[in-house]
Amino acid sequence: MMFHYLLRRLFLLSFVFVALTVFAFSLGYLFPGDVLGNFTGLRNISPAEEIVLRQQLGLDQSYWQQYIYFNQRILDGNWALSFSSQQNVLDEIINVMPATLELASYALLLSLIVGIPLGIVAAVRKDKWLDKLISGLALVGYSIPIFWWALLLIMVFSLTLGWLPTSGRLSVLYEIPTMSGFMLPDILLSQVPYREEALVDAIRHLLLPALVLATYPTTVMIRFTRESMLDVLEQNYIKTARAKGLTRLQVLYTHGLRNALLPVTRQVGLQFSTLITLAMITEVIFSWPGIGSWLIDGIYQRNFPAIQGGLLVVSSLVIAVNMFTEILHTMLNPLARKF
Amino acid sequence: MKSSGPFAAIVLLSMLSSACQPVLPTTRVHGLVYCAEGSPESFNPQLVTSGTTIDAISQHLYDRLLDINPDSGELIPGLAQSWQISDDGLTYRFQLRQDVKFHQTSYFSPTRPMNAEDVQFTFGRLLSVQHPFHQTATEYPYFDSVEWQQLVAKLTVTGPYEIEFTLSKPDSSFLSTLATDFAAILSAEYGAQLINNNTLADLDQLPVGTGPFLYRHYQKDVLIRYYRHPNYWRQLPAMEQLVIDIVPDNTKRIAKLLTHECDVAPIPRLAELSLLSKRDDFVIDAQTSMNVGYWAFNTRTPPFDQVKVRQALSYAINKSNILQAVYFGQAEPANSLLPPTSWAYDKNLNIQRYDPLLAKKLLTEAGYPDGFQMDIWAMPVQRLYNPNALKMAELIQADLAQIGVRAKIVSYEWNTFRRKLRLGEHDSVLIGWSADNADPDNFLRPLLSCAAAISGSNRANWCDENYDQLIAKAVHTPKLEERRAFYQQAQQYQAEQMPLVPIAHSKRFQVRSRNISGVRINPYGGINFTAAGKSL
Repeated sequence: MMFHYLLRRLFLLSFVFVALTVFAFSLGYLFPGDVLGNFTGLRNISPAEEIVLRQQLGLDQSYWQQYIYFNQRILDGNWALSFSSQQNVLDEIINVMPATLELASYALLLSLIVGIPLGIVAAVRKDKWLDKLISGLALVGYSIPIFWWALLLIMVFSLTLGWLPTSGRLSVLYEIPTMSGFMLPDILLSQVPYREEALVDAIRHLLLPALVLATYPTTVMIRFTRESMLDVLEQNYIKTARAKGLTRLQVLYTHGLRNALLPVTRQVGLQFSTLITLAMITEVIFSWPGIGSWLIDGIYQRNFPAIQGGLLVVSSLVIAVNMFTEILHTMLNPLARKF
Repeated sequence: MKSSGPFAAIVLLSMLSSACQPVLPTTRVHGLVYCAEGSPESFNPQLVTSGTTIDAISQHLYDRLLDINPDSGELIPGLAQSWQISDDGLTYRFQLRQDVKFHQTSYFSPTRPMNAEDVQFTFGRLLSVQHPFHQTATEYPYFDSVEWQQLVAKLTVTGPYEIEFTLSKPDSSFLSTLATDFAAILSAEYGAQLINNNTLADLDQLPVGTGPFLYRHYQKDVLIRYYRHPNYWRQLPAMEQLVIDIVPDNTKRIAKLLTHECDVAPIPRLAELSLLSKRDDFVIDAQTSMNVGYWAFNTRTPPFDQVKVRQALSYAINKSNILQAVYFGQAEPANSLLPPTSWAYDKNLNIQRYDPLLAKKLLTEAGYPDGFQMDIWAMPVQRLYNPNALKMAELIQADLAQIGVRAKIVSYEWNTFRRKLRLGEHDSVLIGWSADNADPDNFLRPLLSCAAAISGSNRANWCDENYDQLIAKAVHTPKLEERRAFYQQAQQYQAEQMPLVPIAHSKRFQVRSRNISGVRINPYGGINFTAAGKSL
């Protein structure tokens, strides 16, 4: 049964990817400028090269054939070159992606660690002053424009107090060899004498961006956990459990939490796309060398191959994460299995 | 960047508030971070002229045959221990130091010290089409501008540590050219290795030099990392590491200074200077650099062909006013093309005074008692020597109105502007000049000689035989005192004839944290961190 479900999901996924690649492919034609340049990223193509390239891309053949060739190049890793650096866009993305994933995952983790307990507390203390305080703060956090919030934090903690740095992942004086691309693991794996110092420095760099990025998902988590918990607490099986003589904490833990957190798992997936969008803004403000600032630079420089490639990767990632959490949700929640 | 609007406001706001000194971890004390405005175009100074690139590479990676004493402007020995000039001024013979080692890096291990072969390799590249590396670059902009290929007739190795340059004509600015940041000495052995590996392009991308720091890592638009050169022939630098952090956004660079993520940074915008100077954890270094902002008259168009008209206009403008409003007081008033730091500067020149009555009188004598109509062209871009030409034009316009001259301000897009200037369509223009080397010839020849009127850098279109003879005689004279005398005559003659009105020598600024010592602006070239120190 589960197998059929997964198959159906996979089928849907492939449709989404086809739509995505069709869109990415058509951008080669929709972007201003030369189609050949947009697809290859090459500049100053000589007439002789042009003939060969046209042949390779199948530009003399039907759109359908060109689309097939396009997908082949994507799968082979033979992506277009970035206009600005003349390097393979895929390599560049692989270089910058870990920074974004690292920032986003710490922010997500932070939002779960902070958001879920606060949501539960608010639900348990419904309509008491603690609930009002938490809900009020969540509302403020939810409505605050992220760039303003980021600038405010920079102003207080970096420029005025001088406690935290304003930009980058690590002080430029520490030289950490890149292994995974994720800063904290890389520092721990490195053999440099200043490992502890560098670790502290990396965490200081991470603090503000992660805090800024975590703000929005945390508030969503708080509100969602609270609602979901309140729903569950109204259920008859909770009342039964209480009537059977279980303590409040036991009921909360064994009956309430598990059921209340199910919709929250799904929410994590849904929040992921917002998180990536917010990560881009955060990255630009904190000069975080991730895919967000890379993509926005690409947009500023009209670097079409970079925009095309970045779009493809980011969208695929969002879709994949969404699909994954949905499957997870289904596996954990018998009610959601509509086999 | 998108964020820079609100970001700028916040940074400015914070600069007003007092700061707390953050505590630096100990490892950071051994490294220095210089925040630069942009990425270098190349790692070989032979190929570039941009100041950003020179600041990022030249003094750190390389040495030159001669250096310039930053205080006196005199030439001092560098890689060349001593040199002799033949009596006819055509042959220059250099004796090289024998204890100079090239960088040992991950891509090159030197087996011998620097010798005459390296010097021949370096300058041969610029001269000979047969040189294996000559064709790997399309141009050598600085050396092309001094007509190096025509100037140097022969380059001969006369001993393992001795080399001889033969010139086609005497040129006393030759030694100054060798002392510029562009004349860096490269390794012939490294060149041979690249030829073997067939990776010729690496010569300009993966540098090997003899300088105080060696190349470690470069990531475009992010950073350049240098390590100390452990076998440096001069005093070893105190810093084990030098990082050039590339921060193109002005505001972000200042933010990084405020949080002490940068130790030193150049500050091109004068407006931010007064705010930064209020904080006591920073030091602002200023240095008059080798530039001049001036107002040139097109001497081919009437009425500017009359000396009296040009003199009248020069008396009519209020320079101190301009210095305040346009340069925020961060420039020295100019009364010669040469900055006062130049050794050929004439201290006896009259200071150009503001005298509208005299101006009016001169105009009447020239036959324009009621004034006339003229254009002032203001360059559309911001340069160190003229940060705001439009504003300057407006001030001059107001000054001229007092003596009855009705001025109209004209400006075009920069490329059009320069093209139209070259065609001589202007009446007068506000523009300037930044010198490439310390030699006075670099100011006096390109700005006012007849040859420059043809090639286009002489915006006054002024061609005067007397002046040309003076500067030609100066170049052909090897004796410094005699050269100085010729240049002083040329300056006086220029002040008399007034084909252009020198306005200001703008200062160059850099901001550094108070705990950094030994870093100063060099008026003759790129920034140097050899003597830099850092304390807690």
